[in-house]
Amino acid sequence: MTPTDRLLPVNEAIDRLEAQIRDSQRRGEFADPLIVGIHTGGVWVADALHRALECRDPLGRLNITFYRDDFHTLGLHPQVSPSDLSVDVDGRDIILVDDVLFTGRTVRAAMNELFDYGRPRRIALAVLYQRDGRELPICADWAGQEVTLGPDEQIHVDGPDPITACLVSSKES
Amino acid sequence: MAVKFVRPKIPKFAPDPWAIQFDEQGHLRHLLTIEGLGPQWITRILDTAEGFVSVTDREIKKVPLLRGRTVVNLFFESSTRTRTTFELAAKRLSADVLNLNLATSATKKGESLLDTLRNIEAMQADMFVVRHEQSGAAHFIARHVAPHVSVLNAGDGWHSHPTQALLDAFTIRRHKGDFTPLRVAIVGDIRHSRVARSQMHVLNSLNVGELRVIAPRTLIPTDVEKLGVRVFHDMREGLRDVDVIIMLRLQRERMESGLLPSEEEFYRLYGLTEEKLAWAKDDAIVMHPGPANRGVEIESSVADGPQSVILEQVSNGIGVRMAVMSLCMSANRGDNT
Repeated sequence: MTPTDRLLPVNEAIDRLEAQIRDSQRRGEFADPLIVGIHTGGVWVADALHRALECRDPLGRLNITFYRDDFHTLGLHPQVSPSDLSVDVDGRDIILVDDVLFTGRTVRAAMNELFDYGRPRRIALAVLYQRDGRELPICADWAGQEVTLGPDEQIHVDGPDPITACLVSSKES
Repeated sequence: MAVKFVRPKIPKFAPDPWAIQFDEQGHLRHLLTIEGLGPQWITRILDTAEGFVSVTDREIKKVPLLRGRTVVNLFFESSTRTRTTFELAAKRLSADVLNLNLATSATKKGESLLDTLRNIEAMQADMFVVRHEQSGAAHFIARHVAPHVSVLNAGDGWHSHPTQALLDAFTIRRHKGDFTPLRVAIVGDIRHSRVARSQMHVLNSLNVGELRVIAPRTLIPTDVEKLGVRVFHDMREGLRDVDVIIMLRLQRERMESGLLPSEEEFYRLYGLTEEKLAWAKDDAIVMHPGPANRGVEIESSVADGPQSVILEQVSNGIGVRMAVMSLCMSANRGDNT
């Protein structure tokens, strides 16, 4: 971290996310959700939500490497751990979790992958930070914080314990 | 066969005859042999394969990675298992697959290997999977294909069968984890086996604890010690304290050439029976690249027994081939990062 990096609040954002999901649950929605995190940062956030919401099913993990749309230009990304979704997704309400919603391409890839496991009843998207820069018609159902960034700025999320997030300017790094 | 085959000449200025496997940025483009890959690439292939094996456990066993690409299986020599697992691997990556059995095709009519290649290239193929009875054939093809085409060696003569060795290493790693404390014995016709040669390279690269070969003198290549193996001619000695036993297929034509007295004699001395298996460690796994000759190199009850991982090797082969295909196809595609 350089002195110009700005730390973003993480715990507050996770608390807000949890509160929004609980609001929906009080209205009878996503009462028994299957929580699925997108590797790598999304899994850390999903794990925190999974514990807070006391879900009965184990946490699912998606590695969208094989579903990315930039294989033709960037090739195969190095592997982290493979996807792990041990629960049947058919007919389930899925809360898909990522750390940062930026272009929307990762979420598209994750939904494509989810449908190769089965046919969920519905999918909602929870993100820690929703930033500008969307390239697809995708937005979060719940966001811990809305962030508008300068042209050279990015959000870096680190984890898993503790999860930290900061705004980084690519000009200076 | 009427294929005009020229044994590839490796140019003197090339510091590393296996450098052709990599593009200018150092990414894997062709897989022709295990040599030159080094532990880093081997491990990267095995790690990538883990992800693909988990895909093949799902209900929809397909990912969109190679959608719109064309993979051509060029089989100059017959094969069932290898060809079908390459085909399944390509299909599970969403590629289109063309199977050409060239042992019975245009090459019989006198078309040269290069003419055949040019014709298939004109069909906009992106990858050739090549099996040929001559050592060096895949290498030769790799030197002559268009810059966007990748070549995978699916077995060439006595030389190399890299994807088989990689799937064997993958299977061993899944059962035993770290290679460094392991004793591995390869049993049977080492001399004529491209599988054994590739296995030795892969296991040595991964720093296996001890590598043994067990076979009669006539079936051991003369320079085998250079590959860092211990040679045994007796099964009881060779199998002692072994963690992994790899049986090779005994090719019947060897019997005709006088290298072996008889199948019965070979089975008596080197066939893996339950009795001989008991000489290895209790938790030793038994492997075979297939097709197994039951009652010639392996007893049926061992091939089907609790220590056998032979069918697992076949399943793992699909994931490993998916990994190799996608890694090779992701090279040379512009700005790799």
